[in-house]
Amino acid sequence: MSDLTALTIAEALEGLKAREYTAEELTEEHIKSIEASRALNAFVLETPDQAVDDAKASDARRARGEVGALEGIPLGVKDLFCTKDVRTTACSHILENFVPPYESFVTRKLRAAGACFLGKTNLDEFAMGSSNETSYFGPVRNPWGQVVDDAGLVPGGSSGGSASAVAAGLCLGAIGTDTGGSIRQPAAFCGIVGMKPTYGRCSRWGIVAFASSLDQAGPMTRTVKDAAIMLGAMVGFDENDSTSAQNVVPDFQACLGQDIKGLRIGIPKEYRVEGMDQEIEALWTKGAGLLEEQGAEVIEISLPKTKYALPTYYIIAPAEASSNLARYDGMRFGLRVDGENLEETYMKTRAEGFGAEVRRRVLIGTYVLSAGYYDAYYLKAQKVRRIISEEFASAFDQVDAVLTPTAPTPAFSRGERTDDLISMYLNDVFTVPASLAGLPAISIPAGLSSHGLPLGLQLITRAFDESTLFRVAGALEEAAGWSPHPLKYQGS
Amino acid sequence: MSVDKSTVMRISQLARIEVPECDQDQLVDELNNILTWVEQLDEVDTEGVMPMSSGLPGAVLPQRDDLVSAENRQPDILRNAPVSRSGFFVVPKVIE
Repeated sequence: MSDLTALTIAEALEGLKAREYTAEELTEEHIKSIEASRALNAFVLETPDQAVDDAKASDARRARGEVGALEGIPLGVKDLFCTKDVRTTACSHILENFVPPYESFVTRKLRAAGACFLGKTNLDEFAMGSSNETSYFGPVRNPWGQVVDDAGLVPGGSSGGSASAVAAGLCLGAIGTDTGGSIRQPAAFCGIVGMKPTYGRCSRWGIVAFASSLDQAGPMTRTVKDAAIMLGAMVGFDENDSTSAQNVVPDFQACLGQDIKGLRIGIPKEYRVEGMDQEIEALWTKGAGLLEEQGAEVIEISLPKTKYALPTYYIIAPAEASSNLARYDGMRFGLRVDGENLEETYMKTRAEGFGAEVRRRVLIGTYVLSAGYYDAYYLKAQKVRRIISEEFASAFDQVDAVLTPTAPTPAFSRGERTDDLISMYLNDVFTVPASLAGLPAISIPAGLSSHGLPLGLQLITRAFDESTLFRVAGALEEAAGWSPHPLKYQGS
Repeated sequence: MSVDKSTVMRISQLARIEVPECDQDQLVDELNNILTWVEQLDEVDTEGVMPMSSGLPGAVLPQRDDLVSAENRQPDILRNAPVSRSGFFVVPKVIE
């Protein structure tokens, strides 16, 4: 039997269908892979028994002829999704022992489609970070660190555990969440595909909230096709999320393999930012060339307020976070640290329960929402957000998709950016604009840096036009010739 | 607008997060660093622009009838409570 952890989801579905192996065998191989790669710290909770039980149940369903879209596929789940009776922490001390009595919409859908969950993956605390260094359970290693002899190479964040796990062959795919780039940036750093759908496509029910007007779940996989397969099983209207979209869901796989002749691809000139790696700029140009060779028309476009997206995000996201995280008061669930009185209990619980970055963002958010500052910061940011959204809308009068780099640099070393908050925030400079506008976007691995680290390119399309997104991404992936083979981790 | 120590202490009180004396100076610097950086938004002319509060422009929140849809789940709800007794959350004394 060949290495079952090196399969794509599409290949595994074929193999299961042809009875070349069972879901149980497929799952067992991944459990072994997880055990052999614990040094990555990609999983904060392994659930092998449940995974095997799920796989056996999947095999039984298949024998009865009941085959879901992800029947028997072992996946990793970011530890931000509530999983019934399985500990869910958001990688925060304050939720360290939280066991949800209910299942998130997205994980429920995936299970209904036949997926088997191998465990919960590591993330930046409450998804606040771009390097997975703020997790209460410790940092995650990027398997590509082996290539540059740096065990502390970061996987990006916040979905760093999911990205590392998919890249190293610990699971066939994983789910992440993206608020300002938390799926796309780690995907780029780890050499995998990461997709954030249109805001509202995936229900937020049961996802630990960070910034509710931005949070979206999405797939992280080794190919574009796998992302399309997974997304198809994650979406749908949910009456428990008031922002859940009621739009018709297309067959995301149907557009794969279609040519891109005549499609217009926009290159926003404002994305040529100061401090961008030369190699990344070269890759961006190469990517545009590859699309052009396949018959797409490449057009320079302008998104003038791009440089204001990041400061806008760093007002809106902390503001929403400060409101969302008010629920962690030590009374009904989560950590409680007793003080002399109620007030002191709140203060101590939240000081001890939240890590430094989360405390900082809650404080910033509290400040920008406080009396006297609301208009100057929060309302101002909401207005700039509208302008950024409208600039995208105008751009999409001219083009069908926008091509940009995913991140301004390849993966960096642990500790390299923790002293300079703004330099850490700048990681998200290319991903945040689409988040603010609620647009679907995907990062695909498109080349290597001179040091041998993966680099990603990002595509953005109109709201609810994931079909064009997958179509162009599939064409770019094929032209870029990236191998979907996992990079096994040998470190200890 | 830069924040001083007393402002930071007021925010920490509003956010119900205790900030120990030894961390206060550094926190003032960090918050000022971020606030100074986000103030570049002042350069953008937003005269007459409607604030965008939804995840997508023009999103409409649907309404539904206000009906009970879940059964009694008291044990589920209390399951993660730091302290509970006789079917209630136990909290510190609220009224002096």
